[in-house]
Amino acid sequence: MKDRLSAFYWLNENKFAQASSEAITNQRRIAIEKFEEEGFPIQKNEEWKYTSLKKLFIPDYSFPSPFASINQKEHIDFQDIEEFLVNDIDCYRVVFINGRYSSWLSETTHSNYDICTLGSAWKKYPEVLESHFNNLTKKDGPMVQLNTALAWDGLYVNVPKNIMVDKPIQVLYFSTGRSPIFNQTRSLILLDDGASAEIIERHHSLSQTETWTNAVDEVKIGCNAKIHWVKLQHDSEKSALTQHSKINQEKDSKAIVHTISTGGKFLRNNLDFLLRGSGAEARMFGLSLGSDKQLIDHHTRVDHLAPNCISHEAYKGIFDDNSHGVFNGKIFVHLDAQKTQAYQQNNNLVLSEKATIDTKPQLEIFADDVKCSHGCTIGQLDEDALFYLRARGIPIKEAKALLMLAFANDAIADIQHPSLRAKLSELIGLNLGVDMSSAF
Amino acid sequence: MLEIIDLHASIDNKVILNGINLKVNLGEVHAIMGPNGSGKSTLSNVIAGHDGYDIISGDIRFAGESVLDLPPEKRAHLGLFLSFQYPVEIPGVTVSNFIRTALNEIRSAKGQEPLGAPEMLKSMREKMKILEMDKGFLSRSLNDGFSGGEKKRNEIFQMAMLEPKMSILDETDSGLDIDALRIVANGVNSLRSKDNTFIVITHYQRLLDYIVPDFVHVLFNGKIVKSGDKELAIELENRGYDWIKKEQQ
Repeated sequence: MKDRLSAFYWLNENKFAQASSEAITNQRRIAIEKFEEEGFPIQKNEEWKYTSLKKLFIPDYSFPSPFASINQKEHIDFQDIEEFLVNDIDCYRVVFINGRYSSWLSETTHSNYDICTLGSAWKKYPEVLESHFNNLTKKDGPMVQLNTALAWDGLYVNVPKNIMVDKPIQVLYFSTGRSPIFNQTRSLILLDDGASAEIIERHHSLSQTETWTNAVDEVKIGCNAKIHWVKLQHDSEKSALTQHSKINQEKDSKAIVHTISTGGKFLRNNLDFLLRGSGAEARMFGLSLGSDKQLIDHHTRVDHLAPNCISHEAYKGIFDDNSHGVFNGKIFVHLDAQKTQAYQQNNNLVLSEKATIDTKPQLEIFADDVKCSHGCTIGQLDEDALFYLRARGIPIKEAKALLMLAFANDAIADIQHPSLRAKLSELIGLNLGVDMSSAF
Repeated sequence: MLEIIDLHASIDNKVILNGINLKVNLGEVHAIMGPNGSGKSTLSNVIAGHDGYDIISGDIRFAGESVLDLPPEKRAHLGLFLSFQYPVEIPGVTVSNFIRTALNEIRSAKGQEPLGAPEMLKSMREKMKILEMDKGFLSRSLNDGFSGGEKKRNEIFQMAMLEPKMSILDETDSGLDIDALRIVANGVNSLRSKDNTFIVITHYQRLLDYIVPDFVHVLFNGKIVKSGDKELAIELENRGYDWIKKEQQ
């Protein structure tokens, strides 16, 4: 697979070069060379200790060419994607099919800010891309390098100073077709000082066969800027997602990221925050509901690089059947980051004997005046609580579901839109086998 | 209504109940008193159907049938209610949703239609008034961060909503100040009728000044060793439990 990907790059390099500037092509070339050198990560790599990619290599993937248009077999219509949208909120919508922008399903804008696609930005905004593309990701691992070399399209957002994007941006990445495909998607989100935006992101496979999406996101938010990002990972049972999102924050900025992982065969999330300006705040919430043979892996990293920053992290997981959960939360408090406040919590419920969870908090503190706390729990449902509910006439199945729902709902409490929260809550309920109409 | 026949029960191979016999009829209020460790809470848990205990022998009959094989929810459906000594905190489940779920489960077990939200709310508000509870109570997480008094009031509130045939109040007075005690007792008294029955488990006689029992039983070493009327409670208050212990030696 590695060799095929490498061949794919070299065969297409001239096309990449024609479509973007020389500086960008150089970045791609450096990235593919790094990938060729390192190859896919293996479990000897500490970062991938609990998560093996091996099974993902089995299908005979094709790599959709960014330069071919969407063909008949891949075509989808609005009715095919309707159920995956948050419909009752007025949104900008940016839709991709097999890694390529689908204009007929999208609703973009260039009026006060750019909400469009990276594929169109290469030529349109070469200076912006040259100064920001791959700026945060140069030193990252092979999955990111692979993406840097091959990714062509994804969400592009650029909001000027003190402007608030007036409605949420829904970005949807669909995979379609009859044969297995391996996609690279890449997004670049730039919020200038005082700007704000809200993003609802979803990857979904409409294909009956295996799909693998390798996504990388670079987000830069200026002083006092604010981003709220909801990632809904409720994919089909044959799909895999490896995603690395990096958020760079300046002074007094605020980033909130919710990752709701309920579906998909294989989910590996890397979510990194770089708190560069003092007073920056990062809040991240995660909810993983694993069943069958699902793997849900969350690797998070917060670098406190400036004083007076806050990071708040709360991840929850419920694992049933043979599912496997991984959590590794890194917090680095660097020398200059005095008065840091860092909070990290990872709580898990394990419902079956065959479900496993590996959780590893990792704090490294080099400043001396900081407030840091972390904790993780792995447990079963509380027997006393279960008895309490049953003694009130609530049957055991419903009582368990109610307790799980209560545990899980906590993770979406901070989501602002009531209708989005309700949709997520319904989805969580469905996943846990609770009929929301009677329970809540 | 309730008949306990020569009940022996253990937990972790330790025998706690040692031949309990008790008969409670509709319209009656029974008090069960006893020193710490006498088996009071075990008795209430076993009646409610807690599966952490092993029933060695004997029977518990409720409304004419043995309930030993019934899970706790089925016992609740028959009209049994336990007011917990330590109500469990469940963050994320609101008081109103909890009670609505419980009440509609019980109604559906009885073949009744679920109660709609407006009627439910009306009924909740009426009962809350009796217990002098604040309106905001309904949307709080169940027992989460409640004071001792709020927890116990919440138990009695649930009892008022679920309208059980038999209520067991397990040390409802513990952790209550005198005002909360009065409110809780008023709530219980307002629910007393010839169609229901109460077992009041307590350490002290104080609660029985407010909820006046028809019968008082003394539990010691897992056995009812003395029964009488409310005078027995007063005697216990004056003399303590030592004379009972001595009598048993």
